[in-house]
Amino acid sequence: MKFISIMLGGILIQNFVFMQYLGLCPFLGLSEQMDTALGMSGAVIFVMTFASTVAAAFEQFILVPLHLEYMRTIAYILVIAGFVQLVEIFLKKTVPSLYKALGIYLPLITTNCAVLGVALLNARQSYGVLWGTVNGLAGALGWSVAIIIFAGIRERWKFMNIPGTLKGFPLALVATSLMALSFQGFSRLFASVLK
Amino acid sequence: MGEKLIVTPSPHIKSPRTVKGVMLGVVISLLPACVGAVVLFGMNALLILITSVVSAVVAEALWQRATKQEITVGDFSAVITGLLLAMTLPPGVPLYVPAVGSVFAIVIAKQIFGGLGSNFVNPALAGRAFVLAAWPMSVAGAWLNPLTHDAVSSPTPLAVLKGGGTNIPGLWDLLIGNRTGSLGETSIILLLLGGLFLLVTKIIDWRTPVGFLGTLFVGTWIFGKPGALFQGDGLSAILLGGAVLGAFFMATDYVTSPVTPKGRLIFGIGAGLVTLLIRLWGGYPEGVTYGILFMNLMTPIIDRFVVPKYYGYEHDARARKSAEGKR
Repeated sequence: MKFISIMLGGILIQNFVFMQYLGLCPFLGLSEQMDTALGMSGAVIFVMTFASTVAAAFEQFILVPLHLEYMRTIAYILVIAGFVQLVEIFLKKTVPSLYKALGIYLPLITTNCAVLGVALLNARQSYGVLWGTVNGLAGALGWSVAIIIFAGIRERWKFMNIPGTLKGFPLALVATSLMALSFQGFSRLFASVLK
Repeated sequence: MGEKLIVTPSPHIKSPRTVKGVMLGVVISLLPACVGAVVLFGMNALLILITSVVSAVVAEALWQRATKQEITVGDFSAVITGLLLAMTLPPGVPLYVPAVGSVFAIVIAKQIFGGLGSNFVNPALAGRAFVLAAWPMSVAGAWLNPLTHDAVSSPTPLAVLKGGGTNIPGLWDLLIGNRTGSLGETSIILLLLGGLFLLVTKIIDWRTPVGFLGTLFVGTWIFGKPGALFQGDGLSAILLGGAVLGAFFMATDYVTSPVTPKGRLIFGIGAGLVTLLIRLWGGYPEGVTYGILFMNLMTPIIDRFVVPKYYGYEHDARARKSAEGKR
């Protein structure tokens, strides 16, 4: 039950992009084409899930025993950046095909605030390692759903007669807000059943 | 040789159907339900309809004037947006709600993206979602009793069902629209009349409304009754709320729904599923708006992956491969 609740929460109800406004930079920057959106989605799902595991483990086994919770933000930034670099080295050596598929997106993720965001949210909810990982996966899936939908919409803009001043980021932000409005309907979904 | 040979690129076969013609057809099909709304809910309804349409048309004209484009309010698309937005609002809302909603629908949801044909969400529904988020109390609470026009604090039938009640109007009352609800969603017979007109003139495809209402019917029949499967009241589910209005007039919007027949069926079923999800387990009593908006977002992806078969396509993978090699 908790699994379903966290999954639905991450994908529909508390979608990182539409409801929590996290991870917007890569969302706006890499959604112009479906290929890049798919590539980034793969990388985000991979990194966000395992970064949540690492951060949650770090919290549980190092920060809490040493009473260093006030260092959480700084510690997480270091842990996540270090983790992404390690993954990159590891993949390059062992799974070159995956490394090639993820390409430039893997290092880019270090700058994805949603990865840090989900780790901090996990700590605030005291999810622990297992549920923290699930929450990371759910958040990453939600983020991917958002960017894939958005890439589909944005690919059509090449053929549209968009007013010049609005081209690019302004229009992307307006469109994101309209999408968020559409996701509003999922708020409090299953609230009565799951609570 | 008196005649000139004119060489032009395809298409060579032209249809007499124009944007204006199609839009006019939709306006005509909406009129019976609008008249029904005025009969049921009185002057309030008329004022809301007029405010909404006028703001939509004026907003479109002003925007196009300001951005130095050709003014296209004569194609009736802004009129439709205004009418549809008004029809989704409760009859007791203050008049600034339809006015602001229409301006949002036309400018933010449509013109910014390049005008008619470029918007990715249905403008009227985006306008409704916006005013619902901006003034939740007046948009979800300003109900009037039909015919008597007194303001009621009693909830709509859908809200009654959501609260676990079972006391909803009978079948005949639901068909003629003798219940509380939004302006244009209650008079089911008149809406069906308009929908039939659109189907007969082939302005809309039957797949979207049938997929939508069918999913809602079957889904409610299976899951509608808490604790017991296959005992829900599917018929009331499609007669209540904005299901008929949405299925025939909003989900079928050319711009924001898929172009292929199969895609339209998927669109209808998807919108029905999301509506069902929100109605049965969501935070809102009604989910038609969000169901259609969600599928609007999915439309580019549906169009991308649901492609009609090539002429002469065969299921045999080997045959397909050789055919692709030849192309």
